[in-house]
Amino acid sequence: MDASRAAILAAVRRARTEPAPLPPDDGAWPGAGDLAEGFARACAAAGGRCVRVPEAAGLEAALRALPEAARAARIYSAHPGFAGAHFAPDELAEPRRLAGLELAVLPGVLGVAESGAVWVDAGALPQRAVLWLAEHLVLALPAADLVPQLHAAYARLRFEGPGFGVFVAGPSKTADIEQSLVVGAQGPRSTTVMLVGA
Amino acid sequence: MRARRDAAAAALPEWERLRERAAAIRRHTLANLGAYLEEFERNATRLGAHVHWARDAAEHNAIVEGILRERGVRRAVKSKSMLTEECGLNAHLEARGIEVVDTDLGERIVQLRREPPSHIVLPAVHLRRQEVGALFHEHLGSAAGLDDPAELAEVARRALRAAFLGAQAGLTGVNFALAESGGLVICTNEGNADLGMTLPPLHVACLGIEKLLPRAADLAVFLRLLARSATGQAITAYSSHVHGPRPGGELHVVLVDNGRSALLADAELRGALACIRCGACLNTCPVYRRSGGHSYATPVAGPIGSVLGAAREPERHASLPFACSLCGSCREVCPVRIDLPLQLVALRGRLRGRERTPRRLALRLAAAAMARPALFEGAARLARGLLAVLPESWWRRTPWGRGRARPPLPRRSFREEWRRRGR
Repeated sequence: MDASRAAILAAVRRARTEPAPLPPDDGAWPGAGDLAEGFARACAAAGGRCVRVPEAAGLEAALRALPEAARAARIYSAHPGFAGAHFAPDELAEPRRLAGLELAVLPGVLGVAESGAVWVDAGALPQRAVLWLAEHLVLALPAADLVPQLHAAYARLRFEGPGFGVFVAGPSKTADIEQSLVVGAQGPRSTTVMLVGA
Repeated sequence: MRARRDAAAAALPEWERLRERAAAIRRHTLANLGAYLEEFERNATRLGAHVHWARDAAEHNAIVEGILRERGVRRAVKSKSMLTEECGLNAHLEARGIEVVDTDLGERIVQLRREPPSHIVLPAVHLRRQEVGALFHEHLGSAAGLDDPAELAEVARRALRAAFLGAQAGLTGVNFALAESGGLVICTNEGNADLGMTLPPLHVACLGIEKLLPRAADLAVFLRLLARSATGQAITAYSSHVHGPRPGGELHVVLVDNGRSALLADAELRGALACIRCGACLNTCPVYRRSGGHSYATPVAGPIGSVLGAAREPERHASLPFACSLCGSCREVCPVRIDLPLQLVALRGRLRGRERTPRRLALRLAAAAMARPALFEGAARLARGLLAVLPESWWRRTPWGRGRARPPLPRRSFREEWRRRGR
């Protein structure tokens, strides 16, 4: 393997490309006007549902009012403002044990107004797979953590150690059969963002 | 797809600024690729990943096989990766008793049909829903005659969920690798790559060495361009940023050259390495749109596939650069501003005279016929007659008919119609 590594690096260095400096930061990027409004619109365009919750105290009631929550026998919650069902430690130790999970409620770290994407720190969960195993997903996001576009998002995110973060925009979907859009591909069938304080 | 891409691009006033920046970042990264590869390796290793290097497809396949074999893996799930398609990984593993289930819906469909994908983003775009229904009836036991895309996707979802839960390893491609942090970024709409790398204890990620970006901040530019160029979405449903293996799991990263360093040394063509595999040039190409992905016989179809295919295997794909009208539409939509028409012209210069003899002979015959109107008209009438009566089995055996449907032919030529109407 070391021989391949050396050969590839040598070949790449022999290539004699023209010098090309990294382009300098060229100023701010434009952003949408009202972030909450822009986010809600983009979220809907991505096939998601955006529910505005004016006060943090109203989150629990707003969650319980969701049809997915009313139907779910067991809800997994990693959000401090919502008590989910009890999951035994050995259930959470092996991701396959979570197959059939109906609804997961997770905290969002930040939201991007231009695309309706929410950054979720999946590395902080007992199982990263929860995000995609759940039939339905709810992300609770403080409206104060909305940013206009991805440039502003990456200015806030840090990648310093092991971890797993993901931008989630709407439910899983596919257009692989005759380009016809089907919501609910291999991951969640619905994604709801509870925008708290908006 | 082309219209959706145009609407997404027009909605962003900074679109051209993003393209310019993306092109500049790619140029810079490729000019310093050695240093960035080493930086990536260092950081990925620090996070607990194992980094492997493969000079060519055979080495890549052997490395992946070795990783799976050492851990006794019999069943693996795989998400979309043009690189593993290029290397023929599925066939290699299956020949050695390791079952690989493609988990992207389109890829699963073409895998069950034992066909290669015909499009980067929509691998099964050449099939009708009825064909998918018949296929699932045969292989997945769904009801006969099912042809609703949503119901068919549901059938696949159930089968694939079982495959995810039963797999001992997840194989994925990679959209971007970050030198600064040692991370991998993988984008999907279906959530399939994500289940593949979070359920089984072992994740093997395969990437071409050109996929590197210097810093996480550069992702802002590329993720804003990628999905808009591909499908017109603002961003894909999932953009996963993987830094190291999951607790108790293993992450292997295979860096593959397979002709990329040679392309980097080629001053006329190296720009093609900037490609982010969005498929925009396919969707806009008049040749691709008429002829379909299978007619290229390369892992990647369309304008970018013509460049990559002819650059890698000039003998085999010599005709591809000539199958282009130089309309320039691909250059206009490319999010990283690859000058595809210029590269195709450069390839024509190199490949002139190296096309296969039958084709040159055919062109000479055509030229002779076109110079003699009576002969041309007679030959055309004969061809129309023959094409109408020769059986489908004959058509499928012709070099042209292998990857293409028989075109419907008018009963009369334009000239005959003209005369008939007495003009």
